[in-house]
Amino acid sequence: MSKKSRMKKALLGYLYISPWIIGFLIFTAYPFFYSLYLSFFNVNFTVEGIKATFVGLKHYIYAFKTDPSFPINFWNTLLSIVLSTPLILVFSLVVAILLNNKLKARAFFRLLYFLPVVIISGPVISELVANNAAQIVDPRKYFIYNFFTLLPNTVSYPFIYMFNNLVLILWFSGVQILFFLAGLQKISGSIYEAAKIDGANSWVIFWKITLPLIKPFVLINAIYTIVDLASFANNPVNTSITQRMFDIDKPYSYSSALSWIYFIAVMIIIGVAFLLLKEGRKNK
Amino acid sequence: MNKIKNFKTSFYYRYLKAPSTKFIIYFILIGVGYAYLYPLLYMITTSFMSVEDLVNPTVNWIPTKITFDNFARAWKVLEATKSLLNSAYMSTIPALFQTFITALIAYGLSRFEFPLKRFWIVLMLATFLIPSQVTLVTKYMLFSRLNLTGTPFVSFLPSLTGQGIRSAIFILLYYNFFNMLPKTFDEAAELDGANSLQIFFRIVFPLSIPAMVTTFIFSLVWYWNETLLTGLLLGNNIKTIPIALRDFVSKYAVMFPTADGSAANRINEGIRMSATLITILPLLITYLILQRQFVESLERTGITGE
Repeated sequence: MSKKSRMKKALLGYLYISPWIIGFLIFTAYPFFYSLYLSFFNVNFTVEGIKATFVGLKHYIYAFKTDPSFPINFWNTLLSIVLSTPLILVFSLVVAILLNNKLKARAFFRLLYFLPVVIISGPVISELVANNAAQIVDPRKYFIYNFFTLLPNTVSYPFIYMFNNLVLILWFSGVQILFFLAGLQKISGSIYEAAKIDGANSWVIFWKITLPLIKPFVLINAIYTIVDLASFANNPVNTSITQRMFDIDKPYSYSSALSWIYFIAVMIIIGVAFLLLKEGRKNK
Repeated sequence: MNKIKNFKTSFYYRYLKAPSTKFIIYFILIGVGYAYLYPLLYMITTSFMSVEDLVNPTVNWIPTKITFDNFARAWKVLEATKSLLNSAYMSTIPALFQTFITALIAYGLSRFEFPLKRFWIVLMLATFLIPSQVTLVTKYMLFSRLNLTGTPFVSFLPSLTGQGIRSAIFILLYYNFFNMLPKTFDEAAELDGANSLQIFFRIVFPLSIPAMVTTFIFSLVWYWNETLLTGLLLGNNIKTIPIALRDFVSKYAVMFPTADGSAANRINEGIRMSATLITILPLLITYLILQRQFVESLERTGITGE
C-alpha cells in the first residue's frame, strides 16, 4: 500500500512538472543544441528542404580571423560585462548598507533605486544615451577624469569606463540593492551589539561580520548581474548575431557559431566569478 | 564612575556623532538618488520643450512655455494607440501564463518526492544561465518552420510551458514560498479526501497570493521590456511599443520628410524624449500604484532562502 501510494505520488509529481519538461525539450534544449550542431555546418535551402553540409570549425575561425566587426563587438560586450559587474556589486552593497540604517526616508530611497528595473529596456536606454540624458555631468570637465586619461590605456580604461557609464551602472543595480538589503536584514542585531561591546568599530565590523555573512548573497548577485548584462538587448554582440542570420552564403549557421562563442565566453566569466566568490570553507 | 562614562558616550553619540553620520548617509543617498532621477527628469522636461527652448542655451530645465506638439508627433509616429494595445496583451497574457504555470511546477517540486528531483531543480536553475542570444537563431528557425513567426504564439507557447522570460527565478521563488507554507493544511485536506489539484486550488493558491503578485508584476514588466527575441520573432506584424521606439528615428524620417529643406520637420530631442516617455509611462504608473508589491516582494516571498 505505502509503496503503491509512493509510486502514485512520484507519478503525480512528474505530472506537475511535465509542462516544464516538454517546454524545456522544445523551446530550450532543442534550440540550444541545434544551434551548436548548426555552427559546424553550412545550411543550404533546396527544394527538398534544408540541407546541411559539415564544415568543421570553419565558422569559428572565420569569426575571429576574417569577420571585420565581430571581434570588436564581442570584446566590447565582454569587457563591459567584466567591468560593470564588480562596480554594480560594490555600489549596490554600499547603498544597501546605507539603507540598512534606521532612516525615515528609507522606503522612499528604496522605491527610487528600484525604479530603473521597471523601466529599463533596450530602446529606452538607446534613446536616453543618444540624447545625452544618461550623462549627468560631462566628465571631461573634471580634473580627475583628465588625470586618468593621461595614464596608460590599460590602467585608465576601467576608470574612464566607470565615468562614462555611471548612470547605466546605477540603473542596473536595483535588484541587487534589494537583494543585499534582504540579506543584511537577516543578520541579527545582537551580533553587532556583541561586537560593539568587544570594542569593534564600524570599519572592523564591516570586514569581520557583515562581509563574511553577506558573501553568499554576493555570489548570487554576481551571477544575476552577469546574466542580466549578458542578455541585455543593446549589447553590440547582438547586432553581429542578428545581422548575420540571413547571410546568403552561410545563413543561420554562422550566427549560431557566433552565439556559441558568446555563450562559452559568458560561461567562463560566470565560472571565474564563482571561483572568486564561493565560500572558502575548506581553507580554514 | 562607570555610569558617568556611559552617560558621556551616550551624550556624544546622541548629539554629535549620530546626527553627523545620519547627515552623511542622507547626503550620499540623495546624491545617488539625483543620479538615478536625472535621466527621468531630463526626459520629462525636454519632452515639453518647443524647438526654441531646445536651442536656447539659457533654458536648462524649465521650458518657457509648455508644448504638447512633441507628444502629438511622437504619438503619431509610434502609432501609439495600436502599439500600446499590442504591448498590453503581449505582456499581460504571457505574464498570466507564467504566473500560473510556474506555480504548478513549483508545487509539484515542493509537495511530491520523485526520482531525479534534484536533477530537475538543478536543470531549471541552469537554464537561467543561458543568455537569450544563444537560442535566438534556432528559435527563429523553429517558429518559422511551425509558421508561427509574427503571431502571438511565439510568446504564449514558451510561457505556457514554463520557458518564459526568467521563469527559473519564479519557479525558485514559488518553490521557496511553498516550502515555507505549513504542510499540515495539505495533510488535513488529504485526509478529507481532497486530491492534489483541489489542495492546490483551495489551499495553496489562496495562501500564495503574495508570490503570485510578485511573479505577475515582474513577468509583466520583463515581457513589456523584452525586445531582442520579440523584435525578431514578431517582425513587423505585431509592433510592441518598445519596438516602435527602436524604429522611431527612421520611421519619423519617412513620415516627416525634410527633403524640402524645412526645418520645422526636423527631429529633435524633445520629440524623441516624448516618444521615450510614452513608452515607459504605463510602466511608471504601474510602478507607482504597486510600489509596495515591487519593492517588498523579495523579502515577503522569501526568495533569499531561510
